[in-house]
Amino acid sequence: MTRYFPNPVGTAALGRPSARSSAAALAGAMLAIFLATSCSRTNQSAPLPKPTAFGAAIVESNGGKQFAQTGAWLPQPVVVQVNDEQGTAVAGAWVEFAAAPGVTFDPPKGLTDTSGQLTANVSLGGMAGRYQFTASTLDKSQKKVQLKIEEIALGYQQTLGRHLNDLYCERCHSPESTVERVSNFDNLEVKPHPFTEGDTLNKISDADLTAIISHGGPALNKSPLMPAWGNTLSRADIQALIAYIRAISDPPSRSAGPTYAEN
Amino acid sequence: MKEKLTSLWQRLFGDSVRAFGVVSLVFLVSLAIAPAKNFFSEWRHYQHGYLRMIRNRSDANTLQRHFQAGIQQIWLPELGVVDRCTSCHVGLKEASLRDVPVQPFRTHPVIPHKLEQFGCTVCHRGQGAATTVAEAHNSTLAWEQPILPAKYIESSCGECHRGPLPGTPQLNQGRNLLSRDGCVHCHMVRLPDGSTMKASDDPPILSHIADKTTREWIYAWLKDPQAYAATVTMPNFKLSDNDARDMSAFLIANSSPLAGDTVTLSAKASSDPVAGASLYGESFCASCHAVQNAAGNMVGGDVGPELTRVGSKVKPEWLQAWLRNPRAYDPGTGMPHYRFTDPQVATLSGFLLAKTDSDLLANVHLDASTPEQIAHGKRLVSDYGCASCHEIAGIKKPENFAPELSRIGSKPVTQLVFLPGMQHTLPDYIATKIKQPRSFGQGLKMPQYTLTPMQIDALTTALLALNDRSNALPPSLAVAAAPESDYQPAGKAGKLMSDLACFSCHRINGHGGEMAPDLTWEGSSVQREWLVQFFKNPGTLRPSLIRRMPRFNLTDTEVNELTDYIMTVYQNPGIDRDSMPLSGYAQGQIELGKQLLYGKYSCQGCHIVDTKTDKGYIGPTLTDVGSRLSAAWIYQWMKNPQALRPGTAEPNRAMSDEDARALTAFLISQKGGAAKEVAKK
Repeated sequence: MTRYFPNPVGTAALGRPSARSSAAALAGAMLAIFLATSCSRTNQSAPLPKPTAFGAAIVESNGGKQFAQTGAWLPQPVVVQVNDEQGTAVAGAWVEFAAAPGVTFDPPKGLTDTSGQLTANVSLGGMAGRYQFTASTLDKSQKKVQLKIEEIALGYQQTLGRHLNDLYCERCHSPESTVERVSNFDNLEVKPHPFTEGDTLNKISDADLTAIISHGGPALNKSPLMPAWGNTLSRADIQALIAYIRAISDPPSRSAGPTYAEN
Repeated sequence: MKEKLTSLWQRLFGDSVRAFGVVSLVFLVSLAIAPAKNFFSEWRHYQHGYLRMIRNRSDANTLQRHFQAGIQQIWLPELGVVDRCTSCHVGLKEASLRDVPVQPFRTHPVIPHKLEQFGCTVCHRGQGAATTVAEAHNSTLAWEQPILPAKYIESSCGECHRGPLPGTPQLNQGRNLLSRDGCVHCHMVRLPDGSTMKASDDPPILSHIADKTTREWIYAWLKDPQAYAATVTMPNFKLSDNDARDMSAFLIANSSPLAGDTVTLSAKASSDPVAGASLYGESFCASCHAVQNAAGNMVGGDVGPELTRVGSKVKPEWLQAWLRNPRAYDPGTGMPHYRFTDPQVATLSGFLLAKTDSDLLANVHLDASTPEQIAHGKRLVSDYGCASCHEIAGIKKPENFAPELSRIGSKPVTQLVFLPGMQHTLPDYIATKIKQPRSFGQGLKMPQYTLTPMQIDALTTALLALNDRSNALPPSLAVAAAPESDYQPAGKAGKLMSDLACFSCHRINGHGGEMAPDLTWEGSSVQREWLVQFFKNPGTLRPSLIRRMPRFNLTDTEVNELTDYIMTVYQNPGIDRDSMPLSGYAQGQIELGKQLLYGKYSCQGCHIVDTKTDKGYIGPTLTDVGSRLSAAWIYQWMKNPQALRPGTAEPNRAMSDEDARALTAFLISQKGGAAKEVAKK
């Protein structure tokens, strides 16, 4: 029977200096189980195909910097492309994903399709924060070529903040329009800061953000086009919004939480 | 060998003193085992590790003061919780440890509940009383409940919270899917409050199917519903050619013609694609129906069926009768009775019938059906439980067709069958069962659904919330869902409103859709004359919306009936329309209102008052708000918009009476004069 290890991010990071041997045994067992589970899924149906071509570079063509709830699948699949020296897509090249334990890829490895791409659904680990993972391919000399991709996992508070953002903030603060939701960004004389704009927002303290959200732009001598939300949103709502803003800012905010990368 | 043993025996137990000494030693050692085991226990190592970790931190003193050595326990008899998790997870409540890279010491993420109130296992499952890592987290032979994987954690919120929560999108989606994808047509789900989960989809009646479509289409549909339309929720039953042939034969043979399913139009079906497309657009068909465009994207809503290949499905006569009055064929349909004229029906049906796919039926060649095939088809239709979802003449809706799911989230692992390669846990079992239901054995009836990985996780989350704990919750903890209202307006106007399917988009008194504004207080809100004009020619209120009110070609009598009903019945008791006049405000007050609007409150960010200067288009255009809304409504809206329409994006500005009155005076003076004059010319 396969024993089931629920929260690999947590247990893999255990530091137990006084019981090193059993920690090592635990890590070994986990490794074995990860290998067993990941291999049993792919190996059962068909043996892995051999690469028929080799590239020189691997690039991200879609799916980086997405947000999803902890443990959930990213809304869009991650698409990576293998190129040769001239930058032309290479079909049939080997691609393998690797990440901190807890991140799953479907499929975790494979060959690029006729357009030189491999598409994988990705679900993030159980802890909120940033997840860095790598997609790697082999070049002609069998050397690994790597690409780093980062995604963001939102915890409960950030998810709540995201919900409030969708309801009240996004129409003005995001310049992106969809068919269903036309952005109001371009109509505003003073442009709001998109919430991913870390360069500006990371410098504003939590207290100042709370003041702007509660009392409107004029609270910090900013535009009155930003209305006061203090009578519409509760304290907890505003904290949740700030947690969301901190989580998605780019470059990352200091209080964005830890980054999980491949060990 | 024997001699050696004898000499050893002699040495140890040769005389009574030696024997006593050795036996004492053995006893001492065995007595020491218990404290030693305790001393070398895992939790103690974690606590030492924690103390080592905090030693060099700047907040070491505070953390040290909060730290309590020994096994910690949260005991909540009411919930059956005995959780010792905090023995190792020492820093759960220490806000400063939120970025600690090593577990088990990190702070718990912010949630609305207190640790002391609910413990750990209520949400995370696992064995609370265990004091080793393996026993606490994993499924061992002795313990049933492993830790719940993080991706299903919202299911635990659903144990107490029976309605949707803003912070649990996955659980909300899963519950919606259970009723929207029709799971509960076959699977009974009795909710902890005693009610039964109801399906929110509306599978079509099949008793008159021959009026609507051909046997060939039914065959192709049964074989692969997604080949007809990618967004359909009809699952794939993986039927053999012969089974699909016989079922289609039965459905056609069983169908009885419905009077009125063919109409003779005064106009010939037109094939003018430009006129058709413009009528399709004007009627806002795309608010509910989607069509796949050349780029493969779905354009339109998901309230009604997808229309990408509708011309390959429906018979022209049926479509025309349907467009004339959909309620004649299906009295419960959500499609409004548009009151199209004959030439309009001709144009629109011609436009829709051109949406064909020649590949769909190219390889379908069916010979005339035999009585044996029809009889076999009938058996199959009963066996597969088609009547669980569809109304079919002569076939009774089966009761308890599929296993009840009311407590599926507590099903013991020992009762589950696992496939090779699966994790032996309940969540993995549920997810795999939804993903590939037929892979669990021969002769299983559950069909194959087309679901994304996200939808499968959402459904699994919702199902895990249906468990023993949610059914045996102390009543004080259960948070009931908002009761579903079955409000129906009365009388002639009520009939007219269901004929126009107002509730497909609008919500009134807690009943209806959410695409269009809530009309519960519409009578207090708008002016009668404006409403009359709006029914006759619905204009654009919110410029950025692509889904708008269609025009229904209503007669004057119908317009008056509807308007009278709305103006008298949908009144907010807190708003006295006559308390504030529609004109006659002092110029100074109007001026002050204008200053407030453009200055202090900067309403132009979201609204357009003056088309020359303002650009905001989140809220409705206000150029003629003075001839649209009542002054009393505007005033109350300024004071507290959420009280009138919960969830509106308009912020509550906690305005003083004076400011609200001035803004009302200014807004009520905006009668759309300029626009009207342009229209006159």
